[in-house]
Amino acid sequence: MYELFENLAKWLVSGDQWAGTDGIAHRIAEHLEYSLFATLIAAAIALPLGLLIGHTGRGAFLAINLSSFGRALPTVGLVVLVFLISGLSLWSVYVALVVLAVPAIVTNTYAGMSAVDPEVKDAARGQGMRGHQVLFQVEIPLALPLIMTGLRLSLIQVVSTATIAAYVSFGGLGRYVFDGLAQRDLVQVLGGAVLVAVVAVVLDLALAGLQRYLFRHLRTAAAH
Amino acid sequence: MTIDWSWLGDHTDDLASLTLSHLQAALSAVFLGLLISLPLAVVAHRVRALRGVLLGLSNVLFTIPSIAIFVLLLPVSGLTRTTTVIGLTVYSLVVLLRNTVEGLDSVPVKTKEAAKAMGTRPLRTLLTVELPLALPVIMAGVRIATVMSISLVSVATYIGDGGLGQLFTDGFQRNFPTPVIVGVVLTLLLALVADALLVAVQYVLTPWTRRRA
Repeated sequence: MYELFENLAKWLVSGDQWAGTDGIAHRIAEHLEYSLFATLIAAAIALPLGLLIGHTGRGAFLAINLSSFGRALPTVGLVVLVFLISGLSLWSVYVALVVLAVPAIVTNTYAGMSAVDPEVKDAARGQGMRGHQVLFQVEIPLALPLIMTGLRLSLIQVVSTATIAAYVSFGGLGRYVFDGLAQRDLVQVLGGAVLVAVVAVVLDLALAGLQRYLFRHLRTAAAH
Repeated sequence: MTIDWSWLGDHTDDLASLTLSHLQAALSAVFLGLLISLPLAVVAHRVRALRGVLLGLSNVLFTIPSIAIFVLLLPVSGLTRTTTVIGLTVYSLVVLLRNTVEGLDSVPVKTKEAAKAMGTRPLRTLLTVELPLALPVIMAGVRIATVMSISLVSVATYIGDGGLGQLFTDGFQRNFPTPVIVGVVLTLLLALVADALLVAVQYVLTPWTRRRA
């Protein structure tokens, strides 16, 4: 066991391992590219949808049930299925990751919006605010913590799941996991897993920081 | 892309045994998760100092990708069912702990004081007053954990287990969509049925919540 950790540490810090197109640095870049791009597409679809449902109150049924559907859908199957249909293209990875990320963002955005006190919205309207002003100046700022929670949850899931890109012969950190499993090289498998976990935790912390910054920024903006 | 129905007919036995093994892995994980999270939640609820530590720790565990958890367990438990169940237990633990603590928090202080005033001891209060009242929120956690575990079992297919997930590897290796479609549909159905059953269980266990509806 001790030897395994020693080898793992050696694997993680060795200079050769980090350089080149098979190197860790490049794999992290690929992994980030898949994860961030997929989360951005998902946010572009899910945020407007969640805001619309939350603002109008229509389609709440959809928003609530979408999350349990999202949790139940086996992503591995989805990736393989899209891969078999679309052939060797990154589409299969992106489609699966986006489908995975959308429900949590929609549900949390909707939950954040519906938790806004109706009296506050009435007061905003009473002061002469129009629909979009109420949305952007009152509802969204108040719903922001939950919206950010949804984005963070999705990003973590996407980063974890982007590992399967390697299963359908693309890059990213999953490469180490699947190559290692095929070669019975436990050090490589563990190295890949540790790197994915580290990337997930670091991105989550980064978003938490962004959330704090946005929150403070919005609050000072509101005070003026 | 069409489904090869004759394949489906030829493999009903395999499908039944894969479904059973899938369900077994998911349910053992939720059961173990409950067993571990209940005492931890009571501690987190009563001892404020430990609350942040326990909830924070479980959140960090949730950040670790499921495939990574399975892989990280390989040196400990190898390519076995145990690895699958432990990995899934870690995931359900996070959801169950959070919901159980929230459930216990939601019990009105007055109710607990009334129980105390009637001379009920703390353990009895916990078992007969607090836990039953927290049940709706706990059950919400159990439902999420169950649905999530059922979906996550497939990930264990990379370490040689994975119940219905095996259909995904099979279809992928042979470039044959039918098992993949069947696997996705069966997993969704399993999650749906389990969720509906849990709603029924909750309905039976919490008769006092019905009056309001």
